[in-house]
Amino acid sequence: MTNNVSTSTTGVKRRIVKDKMAYAFICIFAFLAMVPLFLILWEVVSKGYKNFNFRLFTEVAPSSMDAMFARVNGEPIPGGILNGITGTILIVGLAIFFTIPLGLYIGIYLSENSEKRFSKIISFLTDLLQGIPSIVIGIIAYAWVVKPLGSYSALAGSVALSIMMLPMIVRSTEETLKMLPRAYKEAGLALGSSYTNVVFRILLPSGFGGIFTGILLAISRVMGETAPLMLTALGASLVNWNIFEPTSSIPLLIWEFYNDPNLIDLIWSSSLLLLIVIFVLNWIAKIVARKWKI
Amino acid sequence: MKDRIFKISLFAAAVVILLLTAGILYALVGKSLEVFNEYGVWGFVSNAEWDPRAATEEYGALSFIMGTIYTAFFALLLCIPFSLPVALFTGEYFKGKRIASIVSSIVDLLAGIPSIVYGLWGFYALRPVVIALGVNAQGFGVFLASIVLAVMIIPYASSLSSEFLSMVPNNLKEGAYSLGATRIEVIQKVSIPIAGSGIVASYILALGRALGETMAVTMLIGNTNNIPAGLRGTGNTMASVIANQFGEADGLKLSALIAIGLLLFIITAIINLIAKLIMKKLSAA
Repeated sequence: MTNNVSTSTTGVKRRIVKDKMAYAFICIFAFLAMVPLFLILWEVVSKGYKNFNFRLFTEVAPSSMDAMFARVNGEPIPGGILNGITGTILIVGLAIFFTIPLGLYIGIYLSENSEKRFSKIISFLTDLLQGIPSIVIGIIAYAWVVKPLGSYSALAGSVALSIMMLPMIVRSTEETLKMLPRAYKEAGLALGSSYTNVVFRILLPSGFGGIFTGILLAISRVMGETAPLMLTALGASLVNWNIFEPTSSIPLLIWEFYNDPNLIDLIWSSSLLLLIVIFVLNWIAKIVARKWKI
Repeated sequence: MKDRIFKISLFAAAVVILLLTAGILYALVGKSLEVFNEYGVWGFVSNAEWDPRAATEEYGALSFIMGTIYTAFFALLLCIPFSLPVALFTGEYFKGKRIASIVSSIVDLLAGIPSIVYGLWGFYALRPVVIALGVNAQGFGVFLASIVLAVMIIPYASSLSSEFLSMVPNNLKEGAYSLGATRIEVIQKVSIPIAGSGIVASYILALGRALGETMAVTMLIGNTNNIPAGLRGTGNTMASVIANQFGEADGLKLSALIAIGLLLFIITAIINLIAKLIMKKLSAA
């Protein structure tokens, strides 16, 4: 009898020990998963702060020769990444201009007609578009824009980024609008306002938080894209505002510097700037999402 | 009247998605035809020879398909021991607590880091470690690329699985607790079986991400046109060979690269479709 009881208590003990060990294991590995983020941030900040100065924003990328002479003389690298900053603004700005109205309209259509067969097809295709690897989107923009126009261009780059942003904006708009209480729409219609007015004066403003958050996240997602831009915007060593000309961007410059041993010091400050912008966008998105919660 | 125009324009916007997809398929298939006519689809896919020299020109995709499979699956395998604990931590142990939202937002930040910065980190911080471990002399290869890919897909795998874990009904878990089960037993016998297919779906989606990742892999895999000799070997993935060789390509080579893009598109589409189907079944049940 006593024997029996004692084995059962050791059994319970064993189970409790196992439970404790599993808990410790899960906590340790969950925290280990966060370590790479801090390692990457440390790498970028500690190597990037040196060249993170005023010139980074006011001068274009130096030529390989100038950089080499500066290195030989032990001076800091001359120049900055102004051409990349303006290029990113141009390419991403154009993509925003293309996708926001279109994405909003498609999102509204899907949320208002969710039962229709057609919108199920569109929904499915939107998911399909969202899954396309960015390099493949680069190929498509190359075939659609670069080939017919005969030149790499900011326009081609922004077409690529638009194809990436569009599904994200459609989805966030659709999901936000679906979460709005039906009463909003019914009340608007009952007061006699037109369907158009209900959408623009009631639904969109009430869903502002979710939609705006989705847009910000989409922007931050495409901001660091390199692969599709290599195939479309190509890069340029000067500031360019002509959408039909090859244009640089911050990630493209990082790629260029990485391939040029003389310019290598600039990769870290460029990465630092890119990370700061992306994290700030994410942070604003989070605040907006919390403040404007439906 | 105004409403009609508005409704028509909404519909027209939705049609754009249809046109976009059709246009994408048309562009990819149309430009791939040249290489498929030359070698046949199966001939192109099953040939491991990639030789762009003008005299002996020959193009086959097998090396890159194998390179993609090696890196993506090894990355998935490496990411599980980290992403599953994150999912359990945020979706089960500390569900709804402040610490869970802190951990999940920190892990989510990993998803915001651009691929090219991951590449730099892999090159400067991890490559020396890989060399010191004696994996191979240069550090480049499937092993290095997979480690970085694994880190990149952790947030995708963990945030979705944690959502599925937190959807497990409380009364089922409470029932198990009242029978005297410990927490890990509840996780093993109740939570994971119920959330299982959702967790699998999140890993399939993460795999889809890993298959298409370009810049980090391009910077780390070594860029050789051969089937990687295991984890220590170097190679190329479908995405990285496009990134590397698209710039100077024309004629048959350009068509071959676009055909690889088409294959990549089809593979990722199928993978995403499977994941979506699993999740749809879950939400319907």
